[in-house]
Amino acid sequence: MIIYIIRRLLYTIPIVFGVLLLTFVLFTLVGGDISIEIAGKGASAATINEIRQEYGLNKPLFLSWDSQFVNHFKSALTFDFGRARDREPVIDKIKRGAGPSLALMVPIFVGTIIISVSLALIIAFLRGTVWDSLTVIICVAGMSIPYLSFILFGQYFLAYKWGLSPVFFSPDLSMAQYTALPILIGIVTGLGGEVRFYRTVMLDEMRSDYVRTAFAKGLSTRRVLFKHVLKNAMIPIITRVVLAIPFLFLGSLLLERFFGIPGLGYLMIEAIGSRDYFVINAMTYISAILFVIFNVITDICYAWVDPRVSFD
Amino acid sequence: MIERKIKKGRSLWQDGLRRLWRRKLVMVCFAVIVLYFLLTGFIYSAELFGWKVGPTQWQESVGKSYEPPGRENIFGTDIFGQSVLRKMLYGTKTSITVALCASLISLLIGVPLGAIAGYFRGFVDEIIVWVYSTLSSIPYILLILAFAVVLHDKSLFGHKLTGITTVYLAIGLTSWVGICRLIRGEVMKHKEREYVLAAKSYGCSNSRIIFKHLLPNVFHLVIIDFSLRFVSFIHAEVILSFLGLGEAERPSWGAMINDARIELSRGVWWQMAAATIAIFLISLALNIFGDALRDSLDPKLRVQ
Repeated sequence: MIIYIIRRLLYTIPIVFGVLLLTFVLFTLVGGDISIEIAGKGASAATINEIRQEYGLNKPLFLSWDSQFVNHFKSALTFDFGRARDREPVIDKIKRGAGPSLALMVPIFVGTIIISVSLALIIAFLRGTVWDSLTVIICVAGMSIPYLSFILFGQYFLAYKWGLSPVFFSPDLSMAQYTALPILIGIVTGLGGEVRFYRTVMLDEMRSDYVRTAFAKGLSTRRVLFKHVLKNAMIPIITRVVLAIPFLFLGSLLLERFFGIPGLGYLMIEAIGSRDYFVINAMTYISAILFVIFNVITDICYAWVDPRVSFD
Repeated sequence: MIERKIKKGRSLWQDGLRRLWRRKLVMVCFAVIVLYFLLTGFIYSAELFGWKVGPTQWQESVGKSYEPPGRENIFGTDIFGQSVLRKMLYGTKTSITVALCASLISLLIGVPLGAIAGYFRGFVDEIIVWVYSTLSSIPYILLILAFAVVLHDKSLFGHKLTGITTVYLAIGLTSWVGICRLIRGEVMKHKEREYVLAAKSYGCSNSRIIFKHLLPNVFHLVIIDFSLRFVSFIHAEVILSFLGLGEAERPSWGAMINDARIELSRGVWWQMAAATIAIFLISLALNIFGDALRDSLDPKLRVQ
């Protein structure tokens, strides 16, 4: 088991290397020198030079121990991403944004899983009835409504029109006050796809031989569902759940933007607006690292839940 | 004498399409999809041949702004007095073009790479798997945004990348991973089958085996995958345009929603409603059609 974990960890090295290579190509080679943009219109050559110096953009691209290529790797491995365009260290911005993002995303995440898995179980119980088809129709319709419309109409009616919640974030509100509506919207938007996914998972399990055996033994439907099906459906559920966790870090770009919550999604949108490659680069890298780590955790979870998974 | 009826064999495609034809709802969805494509084609030909279909400048005032929906304008007018209905119809062109080009790019990258990786295995396979594992370890939306930000206003082979070109490049270059993985897995399975062995034993070249024998046998999976992926391309286009990384000169649904963000507080809901309806209809049609296509073409599901 230990050897399996170590091997799995070693396997992440090329992926991290790949991500760093990709971000280097994107932001340094393709993105190019943005010092002129940072300096603003009509800046003197001296100012531009100063900015180049400050961000290390005047160094050679490759072939030197102090090249941009080497520095890109160095900064990523030490988690020191330099300064953003407004001269604040990128890592400070990210640390500051992580709290509000998590406060928003963790309830959405947990709420969506609990509601969608239990709904899917109920539907597997009622399979073939009108309720089943009705739920599928609602799910498909829900998946087809654009995310932006959910947010905008939710904000418009619930917050602006009926005043059930503050429209925008403001620092003197408590966390529960300003996150309640975004959380509700986040959960509702996700439900369509999630319920449908878990329903398929449950129904796939319902078709397997052990379920037939269980029914043949005379077990009640409820017992078969909760005792057998749910346990066996855990593998796809775990995969989906664990692999979704790193995406929580990013927060919900759009929800945060609409409600003005100063999280990482908001930071990202701001960075896109001002073409702040330094921030986007750091966010890309950190989320990839998280994804890789959680991927390893999923594999270990697999080995732990499913005795059929071998450690080779 | 017993007369024996000889049942003519039907191919996977004939069989699948017959099943689809019987389901009326699916055919309605298919008609909706065709309608969107026809509309796109119509707008392109109108631009190409210079047919007069209303004002061509979108940022120019042509009438009373924010007129509510009525007899003259079904969906009212926007700040410039432009008909929102027309904007919605023109937005179709932007979305369908982006989704089509993005599909094409990701097919052209994903299918050959997946087939090569699955067929040759070894070192080539490892490199390709490494590339797509790297891409898929970055959250999809972040990856698209990073590509779009970097590509925005860059020039490629002397062409300046503006508007929708950036959008479909960003989407296409980032979303070939799924199809590549799918094709690689299928090719690995099919490689061991008798027909491939037979082709090998007559001395077919590797490229002939891949393109003439293997790919046609897995291609229905590509179609199924893309009918469902198309929806996500449309939604991605809407989000990119909304964030200002897409089309700026011509109407797009994302930009309409962005306008509506400010308008809603003044009670101007029609632009939002028009964009939502347009996106909702095509997504619903594609979702239902894609599911039906999968049910009727995927042999694994058909047995039950």
